[in-house]
Amino acid sequence: MYQITCPHCGPRAQTEFTYERTTDSVVDPAGDASTAMQALYTRANPMGLDDEIWRHTYGCRAWMVLTRHRVTHEIHAVKAIGPEALP
Amino acid sequence: MSGPSRSATGEETIPFTFDGTTYHARPGDTLAAALLANGIGLVGRSFKYHRPRGIMTAGIEEPNALVTVGTGGRAEPNTRATDVFVYPGMVAKSQNRWPSLSFDVASIFGLAAPALGAGFYYKTFFGPAKHWMRYEGFIRRAAGLGNAPTEPDPDNFSQRAGFCDVLVVGSGPAGLKAALEAAEAGSRVMLVEQDAEPGGSLLRDPDSAIDPAAIIARIKALGGEVLLRTTASGYWDHNFLTLTQRLVEPGAVPPHGFAQRLWHVRAGRVVLATGLIERPVPFANNDHPGVMLSQAVRSYVRRWGVLPGNRVVIATNNDDAYVTAQALVEAGAEVVALLDARASGPAAPSGVTVYHDARPASVTGRKHALRKVTAVVGGSEQSFHADLMAVSGGFVPVAHLHMQAGGKLTWNEEAQAFIPGETPQACETIGAGLAPPPAPAVPPAGKAKKSFVDFQNDVSLADIDLAWQEGYRSVEHLKRYTTLGMATDQGKTSNMVALSRLAEKQGVTVPEAGLTTFRPPFTPVTMGLLAGAGARNAGAHVRRIPLHALHEAHEPIWQPLGYWFRPRAYPLGGESLQQAALREARTVRTIAGLSDVSTLGKFEVSGPDAARLLEIVCATTVGKLAIGRGRYTFMCREDGFVNDDGTVWRLAENRYLLTSSTGGADRMAHLISYVRNSLWPDLKCSVVNVQEHYAGIALAGPRARSILAALIGAESPRHMGYAPGTLAGVPVHVLAASYSGERAFEIHVEASHAAEVWRAIEVSTRAEGGAPYGLEAMELLRIEKGHVVVGGEVDGRSTPHDLGLGGMLNKAGGFIGAAGLTRPALSDPNRNNLVGLVSLDGPIPEGGMLIQRAGQSPQGHVTAAARRILDGGAIALALVQGGHKRHGEELIVTSPTRGEKARVRVTSPHFYDPAGERYRD
Repeated sequence: MYQITCPHCGPRAQTEFTYERTTDSVVDPAGDASTAMQALYTRANPMGLDDEIWRHTYGCRAWMVLTRHRVTHEIHAVKAIGPEALP
Repeated sequence: MSGPSRSATGEETIPFTFDGTTYHARPGDTLAAALLANGIGLVGRSFKYHRPRGIMTAGIEEPNALVTVGTGGRAEPNTRATDVFVYPGMVAKSQNRWPSLSFDVASIFGLAAPALGAGFYYKTFFGPAKHWMRYEGFIRRAAGLGNAPTEPDPDNFSQRAGFCDVLVVGSGPAGLKAALEAAEAGSRVMLVEQDAEPGGSLLRDPDSAIDPAAIIARIKALGGEVLLRTTASGYWDHNFLTLTQRLVEPGAVPPHGFAQRLWHVRAGRVVLATGLIERPVPFANNDHPGVMLSQAVRSYVRRWGVLPGNRVVIATNNDDAYVTAQALVEAGAEVVALLDARASGPAAPSGVTVYHDARPASVTGRKHALRKVTAVVGGSEQSFHADLMAVSGGFVPVAHLHMQAGGKLTWNEEAQAFIPGETPQACETIGAGLAPPPAPAVPPAGKAKKSFVDFQNDVSLADIDLAWQEGYRSVEHLKRYTTLGMATDQGKTSNMVALSRLAEKQGVTVPEAGLTTFRPPFTPVTMGLLAGAGARNAGAHVRRIPLHALHEAHEPIWQPLGYWFRPRAYPLGGESLQQAALREARTVRTIAGLSDVSTLGKFEVSGPDAARLLEIVCATTVGKLAIGRGRYTFMCREDGFVNDDGTVWRLAENRYLLTSSTGGADRMAHLISYVRNSLWPDLKCSVVNVQEHYAGIALAGPRARSILAALIGAESPRHMGYAPGTLAGVPVHVLAASYSGERAFEIHVEASHAAEVWRAIEVSTRAEGGAPYGLEAMELLRIEKGHVVVGGEVDGRSTPHDLGLGGMLNKAGGFIGAAGLTRPALSDPNRNNLVGLVSLDGPIPEGGMLIQRAGQSPQGHVTAAARRILDGGAIALALVQGGHKRHGEELIVTSPTRGEKARVRVTSPHFYDPAGERYRD
């Protein structure tokens, strides 16, 4: 079980979080079908670092992007996103 | 005297039974030690061949001595006799024998051996089915270990979280030192030991310079936590480990109700001082009671004062077994011969004859012990009379946790062993595991057929050879073909012996032959421990709707719905569920009824961009709503399939209320949060989940409008209208929405005032002859009306077009699922479409399949079946291939599982008031 450092709450157990998707599988609702399907079904899935969207669902409920290594599971960076992170 | 015995009498104070006979143990005895002390060498029968088996080890790696401990629901099958400490009244039973351990029919007639060689299951399953049918009954009787108890476990299991700077696994000399150093340096320390006593190898080989008890006391004094009888069973990501702690021994009655505890520990650093496991030596009949690992013999002699035998032959390829010879001599046993496979070795204890270049070939034995050992010494055979054999084929580091942590292994040629290497986590191995004693490879001297490698799964050298001969070259294939290493001991004593044989066959080195993966748990974990406090429905909390107590007074039939319970029906005077539901539905159709809809998902969306957010989430338009108006809406997944449905209301200029289905409410909350925070963070709006803030009461029926008007002292809003109001002195939102097909209103009220509002509505409704109605009546009403339900017709495979909702889609697009919906296949007219079915004969079986004639593939299925509320006659909703174009066609509904059939005509799904005249203004 990972330990994820929430930008708002600090280090917490993975069970408090929900995985959403990788940043390259975000679908623009206004985009065209082929781009949307590509994002949904043909993700990069690199054997290395990837950016993933997570939510601290059972904590502060804020959203963040984890830069996680898909082999070692090391989390290199956690970045707050959402209205809280807007300048 | 020969066979196992206690070397000196002492305080045998603890009574226990084994297969019904009472024996006595000393405090601190494992069951294995106590059995040996009582002269018992035969402890169980093997998995496939029913061969007699004894005690081979003195630790958790034991493959043979598996017993069932405890009675009733507390019984723990496949417990290692070497890993359970005797307590007063302990009941232990041997396994896989019939009618008794010493007289076992399957073994006496040798029934199993010829049939069950390596790959037996593979060959049988690939062969004609009748072969399996022929063997199945026999195998189910013959093969197996202990039986799982059928009664519920009466004990509780606890779970606890732990945090520390340093977690030390193993309390041998290295572990004690590491834990003490860390504690003295000010670190928070946890020291974990699977044994009941600290010390590890010190319990077998005491060192006057190290006093485990004193070190443990010092660590505790410094604030460290020491957990005995606790196994680090899983090493997961980010230095997260699961520990399994025995609070009482298997089968014992726990004084405080808790039998075991599962620890979830996050450690800053992990120190693995897990030591070594000794390798057995393959030779013919090496599984016979009386063949024991050398260090195990030493443990029994020195730790427990038990002599597993009196005339002992030792077979070794390393120096460590010489220490065992010394221990045996000191305890008064006769070491008949020390067979050293090497050309030279250290000095032997006086009186012990060492044979160099000597390898064991076979043994013969009696019930509880050996009779004769035959060895190849130099080039010739030599026999020795002995009742015990202590064997050592070298040592294997316990690298399980290291590998679970993602660590690499390096090959040590001298020791013929894999040593823990690099690891990606903050973890290191220390102590004996890093430096196993040198032990050269020795070719087996006995017949392969009965030279066992995996004792627990009955895999011999011959089975490995057969797998090789049949083309199973990779270690992974070998494992699956022979089931090697797949028993409850996970190959702790067998993997390396097998790997050596495979490497030898392949003509490669052991590391080239490969290694299988070690996975958690390190030792078997009981299911109760994993279920923990979540057992017996305690895992899912029960949420109560605000009106729960009020409904309870009506003694309804409850139905679980989402996290809640809602009344399914309110039966009167002995009514059945169906009778009550039909009466309630008729009341709604003819007078009025009220129902609790509090569990609906509810979201208040406000701000200048509220409509924009809703038009991303909802697949229909929202922005065109006038203030005080609402509409039916539905939501899609990104792939275009329908996700959920509900209603959306414009309460004020920039303020909306969105409702969604009960079951999908959490999913919808997550989706809206994703859109709001991740996808479109710069929208100027706020979303508040008000699902449990408001209670919801539906009032439906031809007289609903007048009942409500009298209660709020104002005109009721017209269909799909919204009005704030005051009811029973409480502010309410009134939404004029109809799910039942009648004139209907949803009254939403702050949860803490729901009871007053419900009571007022109930009094007025009953005064008119109406009554409360439950979910079952609601189901009858909505089916007759042709309204879809999420989880029924909206099954994750239906598109808006399938459900007849295509016309409501927001033409401007831009909503979630809009892109996916442009795929032509999603609007293919031959997809399964929502239709109605009218029975031409009997009731329509729920879940039945639709066919045109017997023998044909199904063309759809019934999603919900009901009967007409006022007229009688069976109706149903169904999803049927190309159904929109098939109205009028006759089909057959068949349910093979219910053995029911009905002829039906396909119709529109709207059976009742298709034009909506009963509620439109």
